[in-house]
Amino acid sequence: MKKLSLVVLIAVLVGVPGAQAADIIGTITLNGTPPPEVPYTPLMNDPTCGAMYTTTPTTHFYVVGPNHELADVIVSLKGVTGKSTGANQPPVMLDQKGCLYQPQILAMQTGQKLTVKNSDPCIHNVHCVPAASGNLESNQVQMPGGPDLTYAFSQPEMFLKFKCDVHPWMFAWVSVFDSPYYSLSDKAGKFVIKNVPPGKYTVEADHRKLGTLTKDVEVKDGEVTVNFSFDVK
Amino acid sequence: MTEIAVVKTNRPLHWFAVLTALFTFLLLGAGGLVTSHGAGMSVPDWPNSYGYNMFLFPPSQWIGGIFYEHTHRLIASGVGLMTAILVLWLFGRNSRHFMRWMGFILPIVGIASECLFPNRWLDGVLYGATGLVAYVASFFWPSCERSVKWMRWLGMGAFLLVVAQGVLGGLRVVLADAQLGIFHAIIGQLFFVLTGAIALFTSRFWQNLRPGRAGNPLTAVGARGVTRPTGTNLRRLVLATTVLIFCQLIIGATMRQQHAGLAISDFPLAYGKIWPDTSAVAVQGYNEHRMDVTAENPITAFQIVLQMIHRLIALTIGVLTVACAWQAWRRLGKKDSLTKLAWFWLALILGQILLGAATIWSNKAADVATAHVLGGALSLVTGALWYIIAFRRSAGSSEIAPAATISGAYGAVPAMAANK
Repeated sequence: MKKLSLVVLIAVLVGVPGAQAADIIGTITLNGTPPPEVPYTPLMNDPTCGAMYTTTPTTHFYVVGPNHELADVIVSLKGVTGKSTGANQPPVMLDQKGCLYQPQILAMQTGQKLTVKNSDPCIHNVHCVPAASGNLESNQVQMPGGPDLTYAFSQPEMFLKFKCDVHPWMFAWVSVFDSPYYSLSDKAGKFVIKNVPPGKYTVEADHRKLGTLTKDVEVKDGEVTVNFSFDVK
Repeated sequence: MTEIAVVKTNRPLHWFAVLTALFTFLLLGAGGLVTSHGAGMSVPDWPNSYGYNMFLFPPSQWIGGIFYEHTHRLIASGVGLMTAILVLWLFGRNSRHFMRWMGFILPIVGIASECLFPNRWLDGVLYGATGLVAYVASFFWPSCERSVKWMRWLGMGAFLLVVAQGVLGGLRVVLADAQLGIFHAIIGQLFFVLTGAIALFTSRFWQNLRPGRAGNPLTAVGARGVTRPTGTNLRRLVLATTVLIFCQLIIGATMRQQHAGLAISDFPLAYGKIWPDTSAVAVQGYNEHRMDVTAENPITAFQIVLQMIHRLIALTIGVLTVACAWQAWRRLGKKDSLTKLAWFWLALILGQILLGAATIWSNKAADVATAHVLGGALSLVTGALWYIIAFRRSAGSSEIAPAATISGAYGAVPAMAANK
């Protein structure tokens, strides 16, 4: 019996180097032609906001590259919870600039701080509208040049909404995860979920307009590649 | 008898009641603009506005959605004040005592406010100034007799309702609860009906309505001079239509408080079909193609079905109002005031259906959508007043009896009859 325990212990110790975390990488693409983006006409009709632009800015619901690469897709490991390292991470920044939230899609962890600043010469009200119970709704005024506002969320939630009711076209969508295993696709459609422990996972890709796609993967040694392709219905 | 004479001849009171109803209509429009512009939460605090006393909030800061929300609050305060004056007027010269008491109490409240909240000294000044105005106004207050008891109660009811409505609007902001917005919208419509009814009850037109009078098309003289109400089916039809309009307004308020933009973007078809596909795949497809700048939430199958129900009820209301107008014309004759009102109602409903279509065709343009809300309010109040007038004309007509015994649904009825 003692011999067996010793063998198991040695096997575990030897096996540790083999259990190293790996990255999940991939590319998101979009099949089909999305509807054309629309101009922020109400923004231009606002004297203060409109004065900041020479041409009318448009929405960015679909950020698609020349080879159909799709940005602003949030990729995460489905069902992985209780592993947040958010309290030790630097804050995520959300700016109000040109009477628009920048960026409009972002992701963070539970317990991580989100700093909202106002770079505009006008009042904004930062209205946070969570849907998950435990995440608190708040509606705070932010004067031009006023101090930054700080938020943190205790519960995971997809596309938690930030809005400004003074300028009702202003929205940002913050996805909150209970683990560090998520990524946001860039303009090349690429994403990287770093340091994923070995195991079987369901990878989920969420786009605010296009919905959700999932794929099952097994992480072993080295990188795992998972590509997603959304279709315009 | 004295009370009745006052009600009958107090035309300034009547015109003030009309003015209150008109301002209530304006208030509904201002509230409609707040929701249409998605500006309900643009002033995050209440009863203050951005920390200022509401009445002292600098106009230079009324930008964007703040303009709609803040003007809505100011107009609401104005309507609240007008309702208070209306109630005081209904109490006639007796209100003078109350106003003088307020002239003492409000400054004391102001001083207490100064002591408790020294950094908000302007609030205390406003309390004191209001008390002073009430005190001075008491010396110039109309010397009329108080109105009849049921009118005074109606006025008190209106005042309590407008206060409750204000608090509800405030709680909708403070608690950030969109569901409260639905109730706020519905109570606003009911309050408009109430102010419209008070304007009617104080009018000469109302005084001249004679329950059970000879030649009244809503009553018929039977054996031994006993009159009985006729046109009961017509009245029931109008009542049913009015109730349906109220239900329609509840659905409309629910749709507007979803903040999801248009659930169905085409009309008269719905996503190219008579009945739209509401499967999950189809709804996902609809959302992918919705590119509204201000539509903050994706639409759901529930919202699509809700808009379809709204359309079907609109069609039903249209048919019912045609039936009402036709029945009124047939039973009452084309010259009867109720027939004319029924035709006006029909025109209003048809216009309202057109406005509903325009709301969709304009992609829910704020001014068009708000006009649709106002059309709904006018439709409701028209139906309600039609029914009240018809009820008045037939109420107490089951028998011609000494005035003192004809105490029908309205306390004023016997006395009015006696007064005649």
